[in-house]
Amino acid sequence: MAYSRPTYKPRYENFIGGEWVPPLSGEYFDNLSPVDGELLTKIPRSSTADVDAAVAAGVKAFETYRHTTVIERSNLLNKIADKIEANLEALAIAETLDNGKAVRETLNADVPLVIDHFRYFASVIRAEAGTVADLDENTISQEIHEPLGVVAQIIPWNFPLLMAAWKIAPAIAAGNCVVLKPASATPMSILLLMETIQDVLPKGVVNIINGAGGKIGKHLATHPDIKKVGFTGETTTGQLIMQYATENIIPSTLELGGKSPNVFFESIMAKDDEFFDKAIEGLVLFAFNSGEVCTCPSRALIQESIYEPFMKRVLERVKAITQENPLDPATKMGAQASVNQKEKILDYIKIGKAEGAECLIGGEEYKNKTFPKGNYIQPTIFKGHNKMRIFQEEIFGPVLCVTTFKDEAEALAIANDTIYGLGSGVWSRDAHQLHSMSRGIEAGRVWVNCYHLYPSHASFGGYKKSGIGRETHMMMLNAYRHTKNILTSYNKNKLGFF
Amino acid sequence: MSIQRLSATPEALAVIETLKREHGELVFNQSGGCCDGTAPMCYEKKDFHVPSRNVKMGEVGGCEFFIDSDQFEYFRYSQIILDVKEEKAAFGNSFSLEIDEGYQFITRSRIFTDEENRLLKEQEK
Repeated sequence: MAYSRPTYKPRYENFIGGEWVPPLSGEYFDNLSPVDGELLTKIPRSSTADVDAAVAAGVKAFETYRHTTVIERSNLLNKIADKIEANLEALAIAETLDNGKAVRETLNADVPLVIDHFRYFASVIRAEAGTVADLDENTISQEIHEPLGVVAQIIPWNFPLLMAAWKIAPAIAAGNCVVLKPASATPMSILLLMETIQDVLPKGVVNIINGAGGKIGKHLATHPDIKKVGFTGETTTGQLIMQYATENIIPSTLELGGKSPNVFFESIMAKDDEFFDKAIEGLVLFAFNSGEVCTCPSRALIQESIYEPFMKRVLERVKAITQENPLDPATKMGAQASVNQKEKILDYIKIGKAEGAECLIGGEEYKNKTFPKGNYIQPTIFKGHNKMRIFQEEIFGPVLCVTTFKDEAEALAIANDTIYGLGSGVWSRDAHQLHSMSRGIEAGRVWVNCYHLYPSHASFGGYKKSGIGRETHMMMLNAYRHTKNILTSYNKNKLGFF
Repeated sequence: MSIQRLSATPEALAVIETLKREHGELVFNQSGGCCDGTAPMCYEKKDFHVPSRNVKMGEVGGCEFFIDSDQFEYFRYSQIILDVKEEKAAFGNSFSLEIDEGYQFITRSRIFTDEENRLLKEQEK
């Protein structure tokens, strides 16, 4: 049974200092649902003065929050997780309506992962410590962690809630306060999340400011009271963020996408068993989240000896993808996040055809009878070669590009022939091959005999132009804090120089 | 007649003119990667440091249009047509300026014919 569309407040405000604050301009923009093209709610169109207010609220909160104990912060994160868990279904439905993805994904992946992310950081901060070194008999060196202050986080529209959690949880666990700007396409679910947790969250620790990046992004990223910027998005804005970070000499972490290879060796077909079934699914995961994932396994590299029989089985599985109503838990693939995203994907499909790639399935818009104004694309597979544009550019849709290779050396060469290095997958029954390929691939994440798993405590981030920094691991805490060295001498005697 | 790597639709040119009135001189840089990637970013010219090794694809509406040199290797066989789509709701998380006006620039592509590729090679010698 499909969920029905709930009614949301006609408009939301910014969340600043624990209060719902209208934008100073009094202006709002429409937040449309890509599921049906209809209005969801209205969202503040903020100006630089609103950004100043949000940063000031963060600065004020930090005066107190910086002195909270690890126990207090851990308890806070656990309470946030509990609140989200109690509202899992409502948040999942809002996420589906805001982003377009199928509700079976938001119910079983997005929101459960959000909950776990807060619990993970609640746990690890209880079990870690700075270090002490006795440099000599009378000299003790302590490495102490201290939070940075107020940090800016600019998050994408493909996993609005999860990307907010990936950034908020480590930042507040480390003792920082946050000013977060949701993608202007998908602000509503995050505002619902804040409603869900506002009772347990100290005022000003997390502030949400809405609007277009071109209007307020620069002001936020260059604000002298902002001590770090975290950004997930495309490469040119990533460059701009780094450029802005030089103004105040602050760090930035960037996650900028990929064109991830998913490599299938012939041994996967040695048996027609559960593992082969898993490998088929592993390829079809290009359609997960309607393909709008920075680690989308968008290039499948298949050993030529198994290409025909493997692809036959894959195509059967792709044909079984249903995509009529994203709010129906039985629906396998949802909508694209916007009209523009749909246009861009269709344009790439055109490019693929013009480049001479062979379209094996899909290749067109999906005419949705239930939601004719939604943004739907058929899952599409092209066969071609790695020098084609569709193999090199991130399409960010359910478009898979398939090519073949002869041996391991060729597979590795094709896998690494990309400017990106975020995700990758290797499928084989040969342990040696799995190891040598995993070490050879230039990417921050290699999924071995699996794909699209995002557990906490497994680091995530890019090589090459896919970005700088790691997330989803406790090492992220150090990206949100200073290391202070306290060097103490217990020697009563002077150095003797003067 | 020389072959142009870059052109713009009248709709895109109109949006460029609107943005110029508010922001002054503009610059375009073709982006890549996640989310709003593989789309052109439009910034104030004084605001964006164009990476020194980026390739200039041409000019549209009096604005220079650049692309990363690695990405250019894959774009060199395509003619780029800068287009714009109206997006009633502000869209994306990039810092591109048109978003706040309710638009988003798109790079549409046409693959050059063999003859055009030959002429381009001559032209760019």
